[in-house]
Amino acid sequence: MSGDLSELYQQVILDHNKRPRNRGKLPQANRVAHGDNPTCGDQCSVYLRLDGDRIADISFDGSGCAISQASASLMTTQLKGKTAPEAEALFKEFHDIVTTGQAPEEISDLAAFAGVHAFPARIKCATLGWHAALNALHGDAAPATTESHQD
Amino acid sequence: MADWSRIRADFPILHQQVHGKPLVYLDSAATAQKPRAVIDALVRYYERDNSNVHRGLHALSMRATDAYEAARARVAKFINAASPAEIIFTRGTTESINVIAHSWARAHLKPGDVILTTEMEHHANLVPWQQAARATGAELRFVPVLGVDAEGGLDLAALDRLLTPQVKLFAFTHVSNTLGTINPAAELCRRAKAVGALTVIDAAQSIGHLPLDVRALGADFVAFSGHKMCGPTGIGVLYGRRALLDALAPDETGGGMVASVTYEDARWKPTPERFEAGTPHIAGAIGLAAACDYLDGIGRDRIATHDAEMAALAMEKLSVLPGIRIIGPRVGSPRSGTISFAFEGVHAHDVVTFADEDAVAVRGGHHCNQPLMRKLGLTSTTRASFYFYNHAAEIDALTASMRRILKFFGAT
Repeated sequence: MSGDLSELYQQVILDHNKRPRNRGKLPQANRVAHGDNPTCGDQCSVYLRLDGDRIADISFDGSGCAISQASASLMTTQLKGKTAPEAEALFKEFHDIVTTGQAPEEISDLAAFAGVHAFPARIKCATLGWHAALNALHGDAAPATTESHQD
Repeated sequence: MADWSRIRADFPILHQQVHGKPLVYLDSAATAQKPRAVIDALVRYYERDNSNVHRGLHALSMRATDAYEAARARVAKFINAASPAEIIFTRGTTESINVIAHSWARAHLKPGDVILTTEMEHHANLVPWQQAARATGAELRFVPVLGVDAEGGLDLAALDRLLTPQVKLFAFTHVSNTLGTINPAAELCRRAKAVGALTVIDAAQSIGHLPLDVRALGADFVAFSGHKMCGPTGIGVLYGRRALLDALAPDETGGGMVASVTYEDARWKPTPERFEAGTPHIAGAIGLAAACDYLDGIGRDRIATHDAEMAALAMEKLSVLPGIRIIGPRVGSPRSGTISFAFEGVHAHDVVTFADEDAVAVRGGHHCNQPLMRKLGLTSTTRASFYFYNHAAEIDALTASMRRILKFFGAT
């Protein structure tokens, strides 16, 4: 397997794809947002239970490629307990990782997605869940679609 | 016997390495590759004859006009139309269908009328009819695709129920771009005619793959694209019976399609010019004619046989892969050179990314068939599609690549 492809399908990603964390509807959710990628048909719903400004609980549901599903799964583990500004800052770091391939040293498992940058068509897969999560956080009713925002 | 390896040598693009491996191009249902003869025709036109058609009296313009009109006659012969005037050049299948959906449907349909189509249509033969139904108050109905585990064919028993006198138009695909189903087009036209409905055949996937005779089919309108039959992109055809086209007002207007113009009004030229406003894709039409020559040099009956052999071989090799679900006609049933499949636990986009590393070009997604995918309980499939320049070793490469993917994702 080429270096690029093994960078893309990191063990962490394969693991989250195979055993997604926090998958399924969240019964106590008070926010939900849906994201879709019309070009490939990937779908992702993100459920939040907000406690004031803080994400007390989070889950996702949907279907799609290993990159989109693993990214949404890993995202839920990272966003639990975060405040809205913290979540936004984390997304910015994640976005930088998938678009530049550079990951800051202190960052966690999210660095596994650095390999995505070599496959520009897959950046949208990696960010789909995040966009849905931020929409849910902001209470946007409109579904997040990869056609209406930058990556 | 066609010498397939010599034919393969006619396609410069196929002789290259991708990611250090020989290219295995299995995406001809999306677009076919171009033989040297077509590429040369384009270059020759631009190097020697390039000029605008119909409006010039100088030598180049006359040459270009002659070549453009000769291309129209060549395409007419290719599909056995009664006259070159029945061939309208468009940008492709999508535009061809839209011409009918705008010019014919909006002029003839009213509330209470029915547009009949099928559950297996490409979005190009679905969305224009949704819009036409919305604009005219007509109702859109669907011939069902036989259930998930069936042969992927149309429910012909339901067709009898659905073909009522209210049906004014029946639009269906000749060959499904996703299922690989070959519909009985002549029978569908015959049944539609019995209730007085006009027929529109989406021939995007059959043109250049199967012998196609519009008069033997009894079709009223036929739409197809040049690029799926080894011609250039950006050129397509709308065939229509002369009497229908002559009675049809154009939707798109401008230069080239008018007989006379005042400040207040304009009169249309006869068909086909009235449907070709503006400068047409002259080089595209010439390249398309070269593709007609090329394909008829091989023989479309032989191409159809080769497609079917490739599909049968691929069905045999793929069907034993663990967790695979192949949609469409079963082993042994007629099928075009297109096979769509899904693996339990491995998404089509991951499959395509891996296959690409093996230089195997296949397509993953919903193939512009979202409602059908939903009906089949799938979100996406991987599609391998074959043409006469593919050979058995490429199916081995495809199968080996699929095995590697399944192993990597731990699905085996």
